[in-house]
Amino acid sequence: MSARPLETRSPWPARAWLGPLALLAAAYGVVPFIGSTYLFDAILTPFLALSLAAVGLNLLTGYAGQLSLGSAAFMAVGAFAAYNFNLRVPGLPLVVSIGLAGLSAAALGLLFGLPSLRLRGFYLAVSTLAAQFFVQWALTKFSWFSNDNPSGVIDAPPLTVFGFAFEGPIGRYLFALTVVAALTALAARLVGTQTGHNFIAIRDNELAARVIGVPVLRTKLLAFAISSFFVGVAGVLWAFAYLRTVEPAGFNLDRSFQIVFIVIIGGLASIRGAFFGAALLVIFPLVLSRAGSFLLGGRFDSGALEMSQRIVLGALIIFFLIAEPDGLAALWDRLAKRLSPKPNHP
Amino acid sequence: MPDFDYLFFAEVLVGGLLAGVMYSLVAIGFVLIYKTSGVLNFAQGSMVLLAALTFVSILERGAPFWAAFMITLGLMVLLGLSIERAVLRPLVNKPPIVLFMATLGLSYIIEGVAQLAWGTQVHGLDLGIDDTPFEVGGILISKFDLAAAGIAGAMVAGLTVFFRYTRIGLAFRAVADDQFAALAVGLRLTRIWAAVWVTAGIVALVAGLLWGARLGVQFSLSLVVLKALPVLVLGGFDSIAGAIVGGLLIGAFEKLSEVYIGPFFGGGIETWFAYVLALVFLLVRPSGLFGQKLIERA
Repeated sequence: MSARPLETRSPWPARAWLGPLALLAAAYGVVPFIGSTYLFDAILTPFLALSLAAVGLNLLTGYAGQLSLGSAAFMAVGAFAAYNFNLRVPGLPLVVSIGLAGLSAAALGLLFGLPSLRLRGFYLAVSTLAAQFFVQWALTKFSWFSNDNPSGVIDAPPLTVFGFAFEGPIGRYLFALTVVAALTALAARLVGTQTGHNFIAIRDNELAARVIGVPVLRTKLLAFAISSFFVGVAGVLWAFAYLRTVEPAGFNLDRSFQIVFIVIIGGLASIRGAFFGAALLVIFPLVLSRAGSFLLGGRFDSGALEMSQRIVLGALIIFFLIAEPDGLAALWDRLAKRLSPKPNHP
Repeated sequence: MPDFDYLFFAEVLVGGLLAGVMYSLVAIGFVLIYKTSGVLNFAQGSMVLLAALTFVSILERGAPFWAAFMITLGLMVLLGLSIERAVLRPLVNKPPIVLFMATLGLSYIIEGVAQLAWGTQVHGLDLGIDDTPFEVGGILISKFDLAAAGIAGAMVAGLTVFFRYTRIGLAFRAVADDQFAALAVGLRLTRIWAAVWVTAGIVALVAGLLWGARLGVQFSLSLVVLKALPVLVLGGFDSIAGAIVGGLLIGAFEKLSEVYIGPFFGGGIETWFAYVLALVFLLVRPSGLFGQKLIERA
C-alpha cells in the first residue's frame, strides 16, 4: 500500500479547514442557483454518493491497508436496509433509517471482515468477493427484501427530514451534500485520532503495530465496520437520491471495481483524493459518450459505441496509473507545494 | 430420502471433479503470472474471451482448424508481448494493488477490442469432440468433460516439464523465487515477463477453446475468472499443484452442494458457494492446502 507519512499535526488545524469550508459554502450557496437539472441529476448527485463510498473504502484500503473488492455489496445492503426500515417500521424518521442502514452494512462488514484476521493482500481481496456475490444473490433470491415486488425494482421513498421534503434535483442534491459533508468531516476527524493512527500502523507494519500495543484484530474489524458504514450510507444516497429506485442489479461487481478505481486514481489514504477520483470517474464517461455520439454517432451502433467507451476507459485507467501511481491527490499536493510561496518543511 | 443413492452421488462427484479441471485450467493462467511477477492478472478472463472469440470468428470465415489455431496463437503471443511493453514495463516496482488495477483496466480494453472486432453475438464452437455420455460401472460420464480433463492434464504436464527441464523454465523459477537475485545473475526480467505473459496467453487460448465449446463463445466467457479466483485462494496464488487440487475440490464440492444443499436455498448458490467454501476452509485451516504458503502473504 502507499506509504504516506503519518499526519502529526493537531487534528483540527484552522488553515486546513479553510479550503473545504469555502468549497462547502460554494456548494450550498452558489451551485444551487447556477446549476441545471442535468448537472444535479447526472453529475453532482452520483458524484457525491460515489465520493462517500470511496471515502469509506479509503478508510479501509488506504488507511488500514485492507483491500476490499466487495464495496457494492455494502452499498446494496445499505440501500435495501434503509428501504426496509423505512417500509416496515412506521413513523421511523428517514435519518434514523439511514443510520440503521449504515449500521446494518457495518454489521455485515464485520462478518465479512473476519477473514482479514487470517488472510492478507490478494487472498483477502478475493475473499471479499464472497460478500459481493452472496449479498447480490440473497437480495435477488429472497423477495422479502424488495417487499415481494415482482420486478425486484422498487421506488425509493421521498426524502423527508423533520417535515421538510428534499424534492426535485436541487433538493436531492442538497440532501446528498449534507450527508456527505457530515460524514466526510467525521472521516477526516477519524484519521487524525488514535484509531486512525492505529489503522495506519497496521497498514505499514502489522508486527510493529502489535509491538507498540495496537489491538490488531480489533482494529482491523473496526476498520471493516466503519468503512462499511460509510459505504452503506453511500448506497442509500445512490439509491434514494440518485437512482430513486432500489434494485440489486445496480450494485454489481463493476460498481465495486469502480469504487476501487476511484480510490486508486484519487490517491490511497487521502480523503481529498476520493472526491478527485469520483469526479473523474463520473464526468469522464459522460464526456466520452457525448464525444463518441458526436464524432461517431452516425456510423456506429450503440453497442460499438459502448465497447469503444470501455476501451478508452480501460486505457485511461492504465494511463493514470502509469502517469501518477500515487493518485490525483499526490498531483494536487505537488501543485500546492509549487504554488505556495514559502518552503513547507525546513 | 429413504436410501442414499451412492451411484448418483458418485456420478455428481465425478461430474464435479471434471468441471473442476476446467476451473484449474483458468487458474493456471493466473498462477503463471503471479508466480513470476507478483501480479494478480484480472485480465486472464478477458484473454480467454479474446482467444475464443478470435478463433471461432476465423473458423466461421472458412479457415481450417489449424490455421485458425495458429493465427489465434500468434495473436495471443503478440498480446503478451505488447502487454509487457506497454503496461508492465512502465509500472515496474509499483505496489501490487496498482498492478492489479492496471490489469483491470487491461481487461476492459481486451473485452472491448474483442467484441468490437468480432461482435457481441453468441457463437457455437464445435471442437469435434462428441458429448455423448458413456457408462463406467453404472456412472454416466461426459466424453467431452473427459477429453477436456485430458487436455488440461496434458497441458499441466507440459508446463511442468517446461518449468523443470528448459533454460527459460529455469529462468522462470529463478524470477519466481527471488527477483533481485535473478536480476543480479543477469536474467532479463522484461524478457521473462514477456515470455510468461505469452505462456499465459496460450493457456488462455486452450481454456477459451474448451470453455467456449462448453458454454458457447460469448461475453460471459470472461467471467470464468470469477470461478478461478476461489480456486486460487484455496490452492495458493503461486502453486500450480494448488491450482489443480483447488480446482478439483471446488468443482466437486460445488456440484455436490448444488445437488444436495442447493434446493434448501432455492438454487442459484453457485455464484458464491465456491468463495464461502474457500473461506471456511481457510478459517478452519489457515495454512491452506499447501503448508505454510498461504498464510502471512503480503
